[in-house]
Amino acid sequence: MSGADKERRLAGELESGVLAVLWAADAPLTPGQVQQALGASLARTTVTTILTRLHGKGTLVRARSGRGYAYAPAQDAPGLTARRMHSELAKDEDRGAVLARFVSQLSDEDEQLLRSLLDEGPAGDRP
Amino acid sequence: MSLVWVPLLAPFLAVPAARRLADALAPRRAAALLVCVAVGLALCTAAALALLMVPGASYLPWVAAAGELLTPLADGPPALTVGVSAVAAALLGASAAAVTVRLRAHRADLREARTRAGAFRGELAVVPDERPDAFALPGRPGRIVVTTAMLRALAPAERTALFAHERAHLRGRHHLPLAAVDLAARCHPALRGLRAPLGYALERIADEAAADAVGDRTLTARAVGRAALAGGPAPRPRTVLAATAGPVPRRVAALLGREVAARPAPRLRRAVAAGLLLCLVTTGAAELSAADTLHAHIEVAQGEWR
Repeated sequence: MSGADKERRLAGELESGVLAVLWAADAPLTPGQVQQALGASLARTTVTTILTRLHGKGTLVRARSGRGYAYAPAQDAPGLTARRMHSELAKDEDRGAVLARFVSQLSDEDEQLLRSLLDEGPAGDRP
Repeated sequence: MSLVWVPLLAPFLAVPAARRLADALAPRRAAALLVCVAVGLALCTAAALALLMVPGASYLPWVAAAGELLTPLADGPPALTVGVSAVAAALLGASAAAVTVRLRAHRADLREARTRAGAFRGELAVVPDERPDAFALPGRPGRIVVTTAMLRALAPAERTALFAHERAHLRGRHHLPLAAVDLAARCHPALRGLRAPLGYALERIADEAAADAVGDRTLTARAVGRAALAGGPAPRPRTVLAATAGPVPRRVAALLGREVAARPAPRLRRAVAAGLLLCLVTTGAAELSAADTLHAHIEVAQGEWR
């Protein structure tokens, strides 16, 4: 993979992280709030650049907030498409065979086991 | 009766053996094993059905003429031969139809999903939905589809692990082995048993890639676990299966370096591997032997022998 490709891929990954924060939020966020929510070591200027780029693509909408802007995901046409896509994909369980889902559903026993695993943490931490 | 039946019965033995062996192997090797066994046995099944079809077909005048046969193939009583061949032909036709239908459905689904995802210009497609869900949508470029409920269920660092997991699916083109085994399962019902272990192996590969990418196994385990818990318990009927841990707890345990199920002893593992190998070699040998017998029968019917 060339350096430019890698850079582009990395930029795409950063965009996904920023977009996820905005979708998970209940209200529009300023670059500072996004940076805080990401919790990662991203510079404020990097966050601002990503937000501006996403806004330029029409992925985000923004409104004046104080001296800068607050950003929110654009909910209109792409959102509608996504909703339709999701319902199409969920229609037939057999269709899921092509798509690797992140998690499958849990039985009661699985849920208990999972909770205890997460509570206990990694093997090394056990007293 | 000849050895031609062996390839049709072999999957009933080979599939449980392959599942056990896959449990004991590293995810990458397990996935390769499961795909090879599924595709290999599916091809053997189709070949065996084709071999079974020939003797009965030799009673048809135009087949006899095309094959320059003087008599129909001598392979047991005519009624039985024709009956078996008719059933084999029906099964082979049904498998071919099922594979074709499935292949078309796969293609249509992906094409449709891609067209719809085309509206998104980035790698991430967010779906406003209160059901937590996330999956990789293969394509060029591949996309990550995630619902708002899933994003809200996870902390930002956990989302990074989720995205890294889905990127691993896309980079590894995991939909291809899934589709291959899905198609193989249409050729022999016993091969359906290989789909779930393959799915598990692919999730484990992606989990490990995600743990590498975020550099934190515990964080990755938490992401997987919390995403599953957000979905809530499944309305799954209580069956004997409920006694064993489902795929998600096993994935979390593997990331945390714990075992929820006892690994088989190396000795047992070797025995299972040897059994599986024997089963596959026998299948291949039986297939060749059956083809050879059929060939001999054809030569006799052509008047070249005797």
